[in-house]
Amino acid sequence: MSSVRGTGTVTTPADDVVPMLGATRGRPTVPRGGLRLRHAVLFGGLALALGACVIVSAGAGQLPVAPAEVWTSLLRGLGLSDAPEALPNTDSALWNIRFPRIAMALLIGAALAMAGTVMQAIFANPLAEPGVVGVSSGAALGAAAAIVLGWTALGDWVTATAAFVAGLGATLVVYLASRAGGRTEIVTLVLTGIAINAFAGGALAFLTFIGDTGSREEIVFWQLGSLNGARWPEVAVMLPLVVTAGAAALVLGRTLDLFSLGERGARHLGVRVEAVRIIAIVVVAVLVCSAVAFAGIIAFVGLIVPHLMRMVIGPAHRPLLVASALGGALLLLLADLAARTMVPMADLPIGMLTSLIGGPFFFWLLRRTRRRSGGWG
Amino acid sequence: MSRQQQEARAATGTGAVTDASARLALTATGLAVEIDGARLLEGVDFTAAPGRVHALIGPNGAGKSTLLAALAGDRATAAGTVLLDGTPVAQHAPKALARLRAVLTQEHMVSFPFPVREIVAMGRHPWAGTDAADDDDLAIEAAMAATDVSHLAARTVPSLSGGERARVALARIVAQRTPVLLLDEPTAALDLKHQEDVLRLARAHAAAGATVVVVLHDLNLAAAYADDVTLLRLGRVVATGAPAEVLTAERIEAVYGQPVDVVPHPRTGAPLVLPVR
Repeated sequence: MSSVRGTGTVTTPADDVVPMLGATRGRPTVPRGGLRLRHAVLFGGLALALGACVIVSAGAGQLPVAPAEVWTSLLRGLGLSDAPEALPNTDSALWNIRFPRIAMALLIGAALAMAGTVMQAIFANPLAEPGVVGVSSGAALGAAAAIVLGWTALGDWVTATAAFVAGLGATLVVYLASRAGGRTEIVTLVLTGIAINAFAGGALAFLTFIGDTGSREEIVFWQLGSLNGARWPEVAVMLPLVVTAGAAALVLGRTLDLFSLGERGARHLGVRVEAVRIIAIVVVAVLVCSAVAFAGIIAFVGLIVPHLMRMVIGPAHRPLLVASALGGALLLLLADLAARTMVPMADLPIGMLTSLIGGPFFFWLLRRTRRRSGGWG
Repeated sequence: MSRQQQEARAATGTGAVTDASARLALTATGLAVEIDGARLLEGVDFTAAPGRVHALIGPNGAGKSTLLAALAGDRATAAGTVLLDGTPVAQHAPKALARLRAVLTQEHMVSFPFPVREIVAMGRHPWAGTDAADDDDLAIEAAMAATDVSHLAARTVPSLSGGERARVALARIVAQRTPVLLLDEPTAALDLKHQEDVLRLARAHAAAGATVVVVLHDLNLAAAYADDVTLLRLGRVVATGAPAEVLTAERIEAVYGQPVDVVPHPRTGAPLVLPVR
């Protein structure tokens, strides 16, 4: 060993810091039990709120149904009760119209919120959101092309497939265009989103221009977003997609945490960055595109929900994904309830509502992020 | 107790690797690295031996960080090979590689407000599912104590100062418990005491058998703590060897373009580099 080292006596680092262990500076250490309690309270609270809102939402509408009657009808439909209907047509209204619509709201809300969470993780940026960066409008463009160009004649799945392919393409473009050195700068991400949204908007306008009246109405539906007309067969398609992609996201959970260190940091910890990135992009595309295929563009759910959940339980991705799924389902359920009941005899586009709330929220988040990083980091 | 024994004893308490069988050499031969057509490294031969601290020094743009990235397996090489434990670094599976070497980069940003303890715990990821995972809590606590961040455990990273962030990043690297440590400017942003602490930590790991490569700007720190020094300039090795051999006044002036006096430290005799003012 060299003889030219400078310290006369070796102080062990451990000796140096023993007095520090009492945590005299900074906030006191939160015991990990405290976080577990927070998880339990949040998950339990969201689940309860979801259950209550499902009952209330099912009862609301032109044919009001009391919560107790909704509950009985639910049990009756599942073969667990043989009590008679209090009002005629209650079961028919609930099971044919409201329950499938509620199921769809839950699935799409969960899908969009989880997609936002995964996207923010792989972009290592809390402002990434499928709607903002243009994935949703890419998917809507695919769906609109299928409608106007008459591909729908090939089968029921064509619209959804076209939405999926175009959305996947938009995701890839965003990813490739906005990354530099393993990170995504906010300004690049938002500008890429503007470019993609502008292109998709122009193409949608072109399709609207050349389409016939029926096609135009359908395209407007994609752009505004609505759960009107959701039926069980669509739920049956959506359910396995959301469950599979959601499960894949949960499996990636711990790995997604490591992306917070940047791609280089994640690679140093043994993550196969390229493989995880591709899987995550496919997961995002499946979640967003299936939602868009059945309900059109519903923006900002993937931004608002993960952000609020992160404020409560922190950024660890496994619990965050579960919380986001529950929170997204709840948010969309409430938004759809508002869309159905705010204006009597009218069904407002739900995407319009989420954008009216989400736009200012995004602005606030942008300002806050800018303030914190002292510029457009 | 001899100094080496003292260091070894200190190391066991600081999350250092104590497995003497895991002594790995890191060598590069004829290494060249190219980015966008620019040769950042050319014909670099380099050896870091287990049990030693090897400092990389040189002026800005000399290729220190590029060499460290190539040693870490981050950069594709235009020519030459990097061998870790006798195997090309690119041929180690990512997870296996993460159990052999830990890398401290200059960038310590964390995208989400993770608590400090969770960041340090990420260093244990390569060991998930192995027997070593039983020691996770021990490794995390020891690493945080060794880098003086225990009192920050519940704070979130964005609320920390630059120096605190750097120490948290170092704690994560220490918690990884690898036989090879690659540290890129670990003393930048640190105050006087923490600079010395970090290099004492590096020495303790080397004493326990680890291979430590550290990029340093402070030539006096390199002279005081490194066993070997490699001086780079414009992507080439100018000199390599013991600090007293490499750090001569004529060589430093030639490489840095700054006249210096090199005098022996009054107490330890290590070279002291003093710019002529």
